[in-house]
Amino acid sequence: MREWWKSGAPWIWLNGGAVTISMIMVFGLLLLILVRGFGNFWPHPVLETQYMAPGADTPVRVVGELRRSEMLTGQAMREAGVEIPEDQLLVQRHLIKMGNRDVTGRDFGYFIDDFMEEWRYPEDMAVLERREWGDFFGKPLRLLEQGSTVAVGDALWPEFQQRLRRSNDLFDEIRSIERGAIGNVNFRIERVRLDRRRAELRGTLTAELEAELQQRRQALDAEYAVLEQRLNQLYAEAARDSIVMRAADGSEVTVRLADIVKAWQPNNMSVPAKLRFYVSDFFDFIFGYPREANTEGGIFPAIFGTVVMVLVMSIIVTPFGVLAAIYLREYAKQGALLKTIRISVYNLAGVPSIVFGVFGLGFFIYFLGGQIDQVFYPEALPAPTFGTPGLFWASLTLALLTLPVVIVSTEEGLARIPSTIREGSLALGATKGETLWKVVVPLATPAMMTGLILAIARAAGEVAPLMLVGVVKLAPTLPIDGNFPFIHLERKIMHMGFHIYDVGFQSPHAEAAEQLVYATALILVLLIVMLNLTAITIRNHLREKYRAESD
Amino acid sequence: MSQRNPAAASMSAGLFEGSTRTVRSLADEEIAISVESLDLYYGDAQALKNITMQIPKQRVTAFIGPSGCGKSTLLRCFNRMNDLVDSCRIEGAINLHGANIYDRKTDVAELRRQVGMVFQKPNPFPKTIYENVAYGLRLQGVNNKRVLDEVVERSIKAVGLWEEVKDRLQSNAFGLSGGQQQRLVIARAIAIEPEVILLDEPTSALDPISTAKIEELIEELKEQYTILIVTHNMQQAARVSDYTAYMYLGELIEYADTMHLFTNPREKATEDYITGRYG
Repeated sequence: MREWWKSGAPWIWLNGGAVTISMIMVFGLLLLILVRGFGNFWPHPVLETQYMAPGADTPVRVVGELRRSEMLTGQAMREAGVEIPEDQLLVQRHLIKMGNRDVTGRDFGYFIDDFMEEWRYPEDMAVLERREWGDFFGKPLRLLEQGSTVAVGDALWPEFQQRLRRSNDLFDEIRSIERGAIGNVNFRIERVRLDRRRAELRGTLTAELEAELQQRRQALDAEYAVLEQRLNQLYAEAARDSIVMRAADGSEVTVRLADIVKAWQPNNMSVPAKLRFYVSDFFDFIFGYPREANTEGGIFPAIFGTVVMVLVMSIIVTPFGVLAAIYLREYAKQGALLKTIRISVYNLAGVPSIVFGVFGLGFFIYFLGGQIDQVFYPEALPAPTFGTPGLFWASLTLALLTLPVVIVSTEEGLARIPSTIREGSLALGATKGETLWKVVVPLATPAMMTGLILAIARAAGEVAPLMLVGVVKLAPTLPIDGNFPFIHLERKIMHMGFHIYDVGFQSPHAEAAEQLVYATALILVLLIVMLNLTAITIRNHLREKYRAESD
Repeated sequence: MSQRNPAAASMSAGLFEGSTRTVRSLADEEIAISVESLDLYYGDAQALKNITMQIPKQRVTAFIGPSGCGKSTLLRCFNRMNDLVDSCRIEGAINLHGANIYDRKTDVAELRRQVGMVFQKPNPFPKTIYENVAYGLRLQGVNNKRVLDEVVERSIKAVGLWEEVKDRLQSNAFGLSGGQQQRLVIARAIAIEPEVILLDEPTSALDPISTAKIEELIEELKEQYTILIVTHNMQQAARVSDYTAYMYLGELIEYADTMHLFTNPREKATEDYITGRYG
């Protein structure tokens, strides 16, 4: 035993154990996110059964997807007021998603296994994903066109899918008019208003200009009227079809096709069909817009906002960090003052991020933004342009947050460049500046990339400061679009980290949102991995280019 | 001339056997650089003590001496490389074209264009072979492709590297072997046509074959350039140099024609060093 102790083996076991525990925790977390996240898109079978609740006279019909099953002790259930036999130790409980929020008022319910009849999976059971009120579970009865039946029985479902495609095409057109064309017209109308206001403030509003603005305004109004007419026409067309479904309680419910996103009959799907559905559902999630207070639909604006914010941050933080590091390492006189500055910079990395958020709000937004508005955008006041949280300020705050990482990495990179290379350049008559920019800095680029990689990883995952400086629950527009100047730095953005917080913990439908939280977390992890892989690829390419070994 | 020293003679007999060269005298040479009472201090420590010497034009002058004797420090004085050391202070003068290079009006970058330097370890830049050689010219604002092509080819040919690299001028210089890199670095130095080339132990990191090539190259280069070389290898000094300076503890002990210094040293200290009795 003493021998074993002296041999150093305990140390090795301790170190190995620390590594193992860390690995288990990290991979466990990733596995959980992966399984739950990817599981969200699989079309689950829909069960149908009779449930005789304890103390009830008549059984109720339950239709829905099984979400989760759990074992509870009988004691706990009895204390919760559920009447189960005294001698029963364990009770199995199922969480079932029943949908039909508009019909029954609740779309999730717990059911105790002992009171359920056998589960059946009827083949014609259908799920309708609706634009409002969540999913609908039921059996299709009749397909209606302008109120009169066009298909029943076996012909119903194929005909329904065909008409649903038409309805969705119409909806896409409506959306593109609303978001694109009408958004564009509104943007230009606002510009006319701002032009007028600007002229007014400068005192250059002549009758001539007034008339011209009036003309522009009228032209835009005419354009708007045409679009509106087209829109009304499309809405009328979309309202043509509807489907009558039988809900779990036996009632007949009519659903307009215009309200349906997609429909499927999971009990009737083959595995390849399920796979196809899975893939398309996954794409809808990534490229779709959120609905129903973010608890349904896709997360495209959040992905887009996160990526744009990280890119803008990289564009800001890289030059600042690199220049600061070059000054600290190459030009500044090394001494006590520099040491203090360096320690201060390094310690900035340890400041809680919410502090940066408060600083960003106070200094960047209220002070700088307020000044910018007064000088450059007086016509828009009192509505603030830059004096309110937005993409640029969020990026700037994160740039400040990640600045120390870039500075430290760059400094280390510069310190590693052999002095012989500098001397070689100086000996050829290069000045210090020429040597720095032509030889030393290119050699240090891999180190700068390392700094940027760390900065990106930190920034993409940050949430707390962003809530103060530009990230919102739902942004009406993307920060990049077809309207001049194309990148709108003043706009508010959506962000995946905040989206997770909002959907998971601020949403009225916690049960419905749970799956989305996992899926969003998964996409966020994948996004960060992708951003990092891109940066790492660039770094490895640079390393290869500047490889210092001679053989 | 004093009596031939038997010990020194036997030591260096092999070095000059069959040599047809005659003993030269500095008085007959055209002088390129003159050093006048040069003192150099690192902080409080004096590294060079009252060095006075004349460097002949288009000859090879070697500096030998034990480690820490100040020979590299002296070499770095000729292109003011010591300016990079914060604590370094210099008194006295080094005259090039009759002007003191330590004058306040001297343009250091311009001086370094006239006085090229090659270091102990090959130090190519992380660029292509072509760009390494063109670097000095580009610094001077030469960007004409034809001029650059011509100078690059001439310089690489001058160091005998052309046949080995002509097909891969656009590949990274780090892909070359150590000896090739060192010749490339010499090509880089002569591309800007300096008058003086300083070689700081140029072969100490190379294998014997590469060393022989560099030595041959030095022989050719002295036709055009004034060459100063610091070396640890006394055979090398004897082989390549016309004049040799022996330094010890920051002082110039003896400076004379190479054959004369090796076969008939004036000072006891020089004799001890070249016969290996030093220490």
